[in-house]
Amino acid sequence: MTGLGYAMTPVLAAAPLSPPTHRDIWWLIIIKTLAIFAFLVLATLFMIWAERRVVARMQQRIGPNRVGPFGLLQSLADGLKLALKEDIVPAMADKAVYILAPVISAIPAFMAFAVIPFGPTVSIAGHHTNLQLTDLPVAVLFVLAMSSLGVYGIVLAGWSSGSPYPLLGGVRSAAQVVSYEIAMGLSFVGVFLYAGSLSTSQIVAAQAHRWGILWAAISFAVYAIAMVGETNRAPFDLPEGETEIVGGFHTEYTSLKFALFYLAEYINMVTVSALMTTLFLGGWRAPWPISLWSEANVGWWPLLWFLIKLGIVLFVFIWLRGTLPRFRYDQFMQLGWKVLIPVNLLWILAEAAIRVVNVSNWRTWVIPIVVLAALLILGSFIADVVQRRSEERMQMPRVGPALVPNPDSPYPVPALGPATHPPLAATVAAREGASGESHSDVRTEGDGRA
Amino acid sequence: MFSYVPIFALFLLAGGFAVFSIIAGSLTGPKRYNRAKYDAYECGIEPTPQPVGGGRFPVKYYLTAMLFIVFDIEIIFLYPWAVAYADMGVFGLVEMVLFIVTVFIAYVYVWRRGGLEWD
Repeated sequence: MTGLGYAMTPVLAAAPLSPPTHRDIWWLIIIKTLAIFAFLVLATLFMIWAERRVVARMQQRIGPNRVGPFGLLQSLADGLKLALKEDIVPAMADKAVYILAPVISAIPAFMAFAVIPFGPTVSIAGHHTNLQLTDLPVAVLFVLAMSSLGVYGIVLAGWSSGSPYPLLGGVRSAAQVVSYEIAMGLSFVGVFLYAGSLSTSQIVAAQAHRWGILWAAISFAVYAIAMVGETNRAPFDLPEGETEIVGGFHTEYTSLKFALFYLAEYINMVTVSALMTTLFLGGWRAPWPISLWSEANVGWWPLLWFLIKLGIVLFVFIWLRGTLPRFRYDQFMQLGWKVLIPVNLLWILAEAAIRVVNVSNWRTWVIPIVVLAALLILGSFIADVVQRRSEERMQMPRVGPALVPNPDSPYPVPALGPATHPPLAATVAAREGASGESHSDVRTEGDGRA
Repeated sequence: MFSYVPIFALFLLAGGFAVFSIIAGSLTGPKRYNRAKYDAYECGIEPTPQPVGGGRFPVKYYLTAMLFIVFDIEIIFLYPWAVAYADMGVFGLVEMVLFIVTVFIAYVYVWRRGGLEWD
């Protein structure tokens, strides 16, 4: 506690102190709760439609255009159709957990949105209230907690189905979400460093003059990647890799139980996008040219800016899906653990050091130099590890010697790669020669039968 | 505590909706029994016999979970530091460098031992 840090207070003072937490009247709470619920359900229906339309356009198709104007009611029709489908509980399933899993998945998805601020204080029927369901002092932590709870739904769904594909999809999903949650959690630190608060409304207030994306550019980049990994979306949609494990954890789910998982996935997408808007893109504050207008950040207008920003982030989600191929699982985990985490840690230290330099007198210049030295040592650690691993890789093929197909084996050995695979014809010829008996009759099956 | 009341309200609403959907789904759909429907779905082939309890999964995932806990705890320590950083200045920075380096050593160890490899 050197006291030098007190020079930081002007930055904090720039953020207006939150008004003393005034209590909303009961009917306002009910209205806001219903509004958030309706918003999330509508956003999901809209997103499913928008995704299908936009991806269709990207693939030179038209997309759903039959139900309602522009096909807008398509997702509603799909939901109704799902409700009219048979509700199957597989014989091998653990029934209680199987039924509970979609509920566990859906509830936290809804709850996380409670702390997102849609706008400043407005007046509804003579009562002043924030356009935010509740202004928790630990709001961002609450969002993280809810996204962690959602993992239970996924892993329990996979486990309780009693079927191999869902099990694999469930554990993959869980590993993926927890891995990227670390990257996500670390990227928030960069935001807290400048905002000095965990409360979403105060973080928005701290961005009055400069958006978080400028303050914490690296944190923003890491968050942008982590949020896609966290929501299991393309190009990180490995748990639902259709070509490998069918639908992943929800393969065995039908009817409205399946719909609940679908709903949870899209709500999570909206939530992480809203969180990105709130933490990095100025929240409900108007973007630069509009912000010159004095009325831009009061009343109901901010709701519009917020929704526009949210829409842009959500569009990027769709865009990614239409553009990028799926990652391989090991590459994906490598990106999370070996790139995002160290980059994030270094960035946190660097940002903290920069802040210290900005506010301290000449003597404390020593400290950033020490920090810089520490960063260099850490960096060289990483470089060393990376170099050694790449050397090992150069010396040794990825496939171990025990796995190389054995031509002498009577059993067919799966091909492990073009480099280690002996020519098939040679293998067949060698085997035929060894057994002293021609299998040509098998190949010319038609002649044999004739 | 009052600020948690709206969250509880949203919990009730979301929970009610989810439970309602599950019950509604089991009532509105048809019920046509067919043994094959209740088998595990494996793209049409005969399902593999499953051990009781849903089977086991690679120990790799357990390692990931342990690493997650290590870093999650690091994050928990980083948050209060980041919020109170303005009041701590240089002292806070030095302390946090020491803490991050400590955890980082464990991280490098796991990396070197191949704990982060998937193949």
